[in-house]
Amino acid sequence: MQHEVRAQTGESPGGVTGRGGEKPLLILRDVGKTFSNGVAALRNVDLTIRDGDFLSLLGPSGCGKSTALRIIAGLSTPTTGLLDWRGDARGRSDIGFVFQEPTLLPWASVFDNVWLPLRLRGFSREKATPAIREMIERVHLTGFENAMPRELSGGMKMRVSIARGLVTKPRLLLMDEPFAALDEITRFRLNSDLLDLWQDERFTVVFVTHSVFESVFLSNRIVVMAARPGRVFSEIAVDAPYPRDEVFRTSPDYAALCRQASRVLGDAITQGGGVHDGH
Amino acid sequence: MTAIERQSGAVVLDPEEARRVRAARLERIGKWLLPLVIMIVAIWLWDRICVWNEIPRYILPRPGEVIATLYNDAALLFGSLLVTLRITFLGLALAVAGGVGLAVLFAQSKWVEMSFFPFAVILQVTPIVAIFPLINIYVDNQTAKLLLCAWIVAFFPILSNTTLGLNSVDRNLIDLFKLNGATKWQQLWHLRLPAAMPYFLGGLKIAGGLSLIGAVVAEFVAGSTGQSSGLASRIIEAGYRLNAPRLFAALILISFTGIVIFLVLSLVSHLALRRWHESALRQER
Repeated sequence: MQHEVRAQTGESPGGVTGRGGEKPLLILRDVGKTFSNGVAALRNVDLTIRDGDFLSLLGPSGCGKSTALRIIAGLSTPTTGLLDWRGDARGRSDIGFVFQEPTLLPWASVFDNVWLPLRLRGFSREKATPAIREMIERVHLTGFENAMPRELSGGMKMRVSIARGLVTKPRLLLMDEPFAALDEITRFRLNSDLLDLWQDERFTVVFVTHSVFESVFLSNRIVVMAARPGRVFSEIAVDAPYPRDEVFRTSPDYAALCRQASRVLGDAITQGGGVHDGH
Repeated sequence: MTAIERQSGAVVLDPEEARRVRAARLERIGKWLLPLVIMIVAIWLWDRICVWNEIPRYILPRPGEVIATLYNDAALLFGSLLVTLRITFLGLALAVAGGVGLAVLFAQSKWVEMSFFPFAVILQVTPIVAIFPLINIYVDNQTAKLLLCAWIVAFFPILSNTTLGLNSVDRNLIDLFKLNGATKWQQLWHLRLPAAMPYFLGGLKIAGGLSLIGAVVAEFVAGSTGQSSGLASRIIEAGYRLNAPRLFAALILISFTGIVIFLVLSLVSHLALRRWHESALRQER
């Protein structure tokens, strides 16, 4: 089957991109962050995250993509601007976070690690068990409930981390280069499994990455960022339909989209220090 | 071990692997056998030196005499051992309570830690023997004196290790707890305390030995004698009476107690950490 592919740079007209929803979930208005040492990590970031988006923040290191993620998570307060939560989404409690490292409790079993977010919300083991079992099954770790983190491979640890991020059924899942440390085979499989989860559970994802290939494979929107100061450089809509599988990964459309995204990223890097004509 | 043997039976090993298996087996046996052999030789030499030089028993008793004394004076010596043990364990228990309690307090606020940690250091670096005359003036109760000494000596490693442990938590995990709306107590209970466990247990191993030292030293400087006195008093007493065999017997009991405390605490540490901490992982692999 032939995919219809449309890639474009510049501002997305909104709501025409793959599976991404129409309704805004969170709007960042003129968000900026300046650290105490004077470094402008972010400046004038305007970004609308729509309900159901799989949005990648793509950019060179130092472009503030992780800072943006921390601000969205409420772990860091913006120096300027504000976060405008829409609909019934309510900030922190509606967010799952997956770090670059698996960041598991080393003294707790897989089951207890997935339990943690619910436990902190006051759910007893009995009450939480169905949700935990379901989530462990969804990340294909059934049978490993009692394993300790050190007994797991890197990919399995990341699966636990994803299960923990999703066990509270958050509206928004924030992922900070979660697969960067994994080998390619494991990364491909986790990419596919993450997409499956996303399509079934219908949460929104903001995915920080420095990999063009990963962002094109996963997302319906790629927001390319530039450094010094960290800012939104451009946006690419990835119109390839879901579900995307290994066939998509080897298709010419995918290659064309990657070329496109690479070019924009290249521009973002070379023009990084200079003045960029805004959208 | 059995797995390796079974393998070496079934699989043809190259000379290098075979050599490695042999070396590993030798090392395993040697680890136990060598210290034992050296110990036996040392005791035999001790005995011979006494005989060859005709050293009188009030200067250096023969090992056999020491063991005989251990047996003959058992009631007296083990009674004293119990007194010393009581002080040691009570001191250690108080050190754990005080050390962990203060560490948790320190972890609540950097300001508290900055304000009070220097006092803990001062208490630690001042030799207990030098403080004791003061304690002697201020505290009447004999047991309380000894306990206070054992506590002062033993609590610091627990305090400093636990403080270090409570503060060396993965930043991302702290963020994760914040994201999930954890209270300060939840963070302490579910994150900081378990993370501090290996550090605390390391401190506990040191504190166990120190608490015994504290108990013995305190008794020495307190100079208590009589029926209900501990091993240190027995040593002083035996010294005055030139009863060298009993002195040695008491000394052996103290050393033995220290070894047992260390082994028990090592075992506790291993059992608590074996499922997750690097220090408790088997080295093979």
